[in-house]
Amino acid sequence: MSLRRFAVIALAVTLLTAGVLSWFASSNPDGLERVAQTLGFAQTAQEHAASDSPLADYRAEGVEDARLSGGLAGVIGVVVTGLLMGGLLLVLRRRGDPGPPDGRPTSPDRS
Amino acid sequence: MHVPDGFLDVPTSVATAVVAAAGVAAALRGARRELDERTTPIAGLVAVFVFAGQMITFPVGAGTSGHLLGGTLAAVLAGPWLATLALAVVLIVQAFLFADGGITALGTNVVLMGLVAVWTGWITFRAARSILRRSSRAVTVAAAVGAFVSVPATAAAFVALFAVGGQAQIPIGTVLTAMLSWHAVIGVGEALITALVVGSVVAVRPDLVAGARGVLAGPTLELREGVSAGEGATT
Repeated sequence: MSLRRFAVIALAVTLLTAGVLSWFASSNPDGLERVAQTLGFAQTAQEHAASDSPLADYRAEGVEDARLSGGLAGVIGVVVTGLLMGGLLLVLRRRGDPGPPDGRPTSPDRS
Repeated sequence: MHVPDGFLDVPTSVATAVVAAAGVAAALRGARRELDERTTPIAGLVAVFVFAGQMITFPVGAGTSGHLLGGTLAAVLAGPWLATLALAVVLIVQAFLFADGGITALGTNVVLMGLVAVWTGWITFRAARSILRRSSRAVTVAAAVGAFVSVPATAAAFVALFAVGGQAQIPIGTVLTAMLSWHAVIGVGEALITALVVGSVVAVRPDLVAGARGVLAGPTLELREGVSAGEGATT
């Protein structure tokens, strides 16, 4: 399997996970939240500084349908994470690749 | 597992932020050496997959859920330095865009998921891999073992921070027992997802798996062995 094909499939799986599989995510408290509730330190949590973010709690603001809203938030999150990580990797490769003068140090990134 | 603002006091949060910054700085140096035309795309894919995977909270019984931490998954696929960077990026996006994990607790969450989960998972993976036979299945099994161990290890690290700077007076043994018992169960889910993903990548492109390097022969090497065996048969 070519690297390009692999990347396309991996991205498709990732987008499906964030956009569709996330519909079926459990809405129960996670392990830490459960322990905090049971042992009584959940109330020490403060209101989140970004709680008025249009994507707060993995809900896209203004989208009525809960599944669509969550799926959209997930896809946006994947895109933003990809852009941030991609940018970081690009900078790291440009700076950290003084050795082999192959002339095109960043071209394999755009697959 | 995302710690919200307020669980830990300010000195503890500042201390974890310093440790997180030092860890990320070390990862930036380490990652620079590891980056090549194979690890770079894998590191990007790992970051987006961990973000997506962390959205999938799965039920673990009694009205409680867990989700992938992804530290071991990222370390086995991309190497531990790039894994630390990937987790840090995911946690930053979650804290600022999705209000998941406090902003003053960002350092704490990077320490827990970007350092403790990644490195305990990676070290356990390496130990398990050295015990097992050299095969693609061994890489997957070792990744599952590392993933399983990383979750209670991360939970224990949270309890240690809570013992130092927790904002509520609760016997620490009680917190430790509760955290470890839930996260041992969540660790099983972590192990299953990690095995599924690592096993899939090992099956199609073993050369892309950082944790399989030096263990599995690449396809070129296998082909040469086949050729030489054929030549041996004809002469």
